[in-house]
Amino acid sequence: MNTRELTYVKAFNEGMHQIMAEDPDVFLIGEDVAGYGGVFHMFDGLLTAYGDKRVKDTPIAEQAIIGLGVGAAARGLRPVCDLMFMDFIGVAMDQIFNQAAKMKYMFGGAVSVPLTITTAGGAGMSAAAQHSQSLEAWLAHIPGLKVAMPASPYDAKGLIVGAIRDDNPVIVVLNKKMLGVKGPVPEELYAIPLGVANVVREGDDVTIVAIGRMVIEATKAAASLGELGISAEVIDPRTVQPLDIGTIVTSAKKTNRVLIVHEAVEFGGIGAEISSQVQESAFDYLDAPVTRLAAPFAPVPYAPILESAYVPDAARITAAARKLVERS
Amino acid sequence: MTETPAPSVTYGPPEGYAAGATRDLVVDLHRRMVRIRMFEESAGKLVESGDMPGFLHLYVGQEAVAAGVMSVLDDVDQITSTHRGHGHAIAKGAEFRPMFAELYGKTTGYCKGRGGSMHIVDMSRGMLGANAIVGGGIPIAIGAAFAAQYRGDGSVAASFFGDGATNIGAFHESVNMAAVWDLPVLFVCENNGYAEFTAQGNHMRLDDIAERANSYGIPGVVVDGMDALAVRAVAKIAVDRAKRGEGPTLIEAKTYRYFDHQGIKGMRIPYRDPAEVEAWKARDAIRLLEVIGVERGLATPEDFAATWAQTEAEIADAIEFARSSPDPDPADILDDVYTV
Repeated sequence: MNTRELTYVKAFNEGMHQIMAEDPDVFLIGEDVAGYGGVFHMFDGLLTAYGDKRVKDTPIAEQAIIGLGVGAAARGLRPVCDLMFMDFIGVAMDQIFNQAAKMKYMFGGAVSVPLTITTAGGAGMSAAAQHSQSLEAWLAHIPGLKVAMPASPYDAKGLIVGAIRDDNPVIVVLNKKMLGVKGPVPEELYAIPLGVANVVREGDDVTIVAIGRMVIEATKAAASLGELGISAEVIDPRTVQPLDIGTIVTSAKKTNRVLIVHEAVEFGGIGAEISSQVQESAFDYLDAPVTRLAAPFAPVPYAPILESAYVPDAARITAAARKLVERS
Repeated sequence: MTETPAPSVTYGPPEGYAAGATRDLVVDLHRRMVRIRMFEESAGKLVESGDMPGFLHLYVGQEAVAAGVMSVLDDVDQITSTHRGHGHAIAKGAEFRPMFAELYGKTTGYCKGRGGSMHIVDMSRGMLGANAIVGGGIPIAIGAAFAAQYRGDGSVAASFFGDGATNIGAFHESVNMAAVWDLPVLFVCENNGYAEFTAQGNHMRLDDIAERANSYGIPGVVVDGMDALAVRAVAKIAVDRAKRGEGPTLIEAKTYRYFDHQGIKGMRIPYRDPAEVEAWKARDAIRLLEVIGVERGLATPEDFAATWAQTEAEIADAIEFARSSPDPDPADILDDVYTV
């Protein structure tokens, strides 16, 4: 494949263009997605390329945006419904967790809901408590939903295509602080299947499982740890539902130490689930308790000094991993 | 500058709406209503006796609304329903056997025993599902209408909901979006006067919910929900409008549920005046149609009696089918969580 350097948001945008060119059943609705191209420019050029029948600005009406997607998906189309900021998901939650997630099951398999919801999450931009959250655990808790969290330009393109081709409701959570991050992206259309983790870096001494933007911080930390003679393996689950626990457990059995890092609050976060499953499957291999590094149990604060203290970073990941290795 | 008159509420169908009624139409509407009534009364008794699990929100009293609207829809037209959804399913053509089997929680049910009373679905008939969240089906209906418009297939969607649901955000968001995009959808409010146990006067300031259409620039129409021919007439006008690409209509059918919010045991608390209940029963939709049919010489008492008898036999057959159907296997409990 021919590969170039693209930004995260440009890679996502290319995936949208290519999947819409491929499949006439794909359409996009959301607030300011058409004329403006989305507030993060995720959807630039789609209106011009595919017209106002397939790319539509909506009223500010999150329940109707998602509900329309549910009904259209149940009728066999492949809607992409944008919710702009992940925080707005609460407004649409009934349609997501009571309708989209459950239709297949409670109707005895009579209907599929190939709905994709796009949104942007994550902190680090002084956007404060209602524009910065990471709510993936909330969604991953609901049977019937899938949740993808791309952590590179390559994955931003591959996961949006994988989500749209998937026959289930999928929430694709872009990280708004990663929009300008560059990386290699093939020109061709490709899909990353949902539920396959990415071993970002191999190592022997400690496994760092990182979610979303924390993959970048964990990779930086792994470099620092290398200078200290500690070999860290970095795993990006890519999707938290379904969760590729097999790849994580295999790594845990090799390194005997596991650190989980995410931006979401620690209590009840996806790290708690990963930790529990690792100790259930690899207890005899562990040289130290499975450890989490995540946000404190508070809303995301505004002041830069507070927000820096709130979100894990490479320095804290390095320190936490060192502590795990030095413990045993 | 030309002024476009604001859409406004109309009251009832145009005069002479029943003039063109034929024997076939009267018998068809009657049959849809009788099927609902007998199914509901049988199901209610089976739950009350403990023979059948779950709990039921019975549609008895409101039959003319489902029958009238469904009589102008085809299988390709999609509907979304409510927690009180049996009537919509039956009027749309759902069969008794898989319906009773679903209520009994059997594998032969419409949802293989996964959904029960509040999630009856029949995709082959355009029944996109009953829905246990008040107002939850309204946004889904505009999605079905969007799909129809997107494909240009000429079908329409209809969403049924109660008076209580029109206080929910999902209603307002959906009607507005459907209006903005001229989606081919009927919003059918079955105003039975009560949001569960709370009277309309205690949950909104309006007498006529159809007035809410004015807020979104679409037509609203109030219709007697005990008169199946009248409901059919206004639904036909709304369907024709939707198919012309002119967008949605809000229909408010004034109707009444005879039983409680849930179950058949009657009023546990005196939230309705018994005289009010009797006054509505005196205008019973099925009897009204039987009287009209005979008075106009369109059908005979024997025609109607035959429907009652045939339906009774079908009910007995379906209950036996459901009882003797296999239970689901707990080993399959994870099936259909996802499409694989």
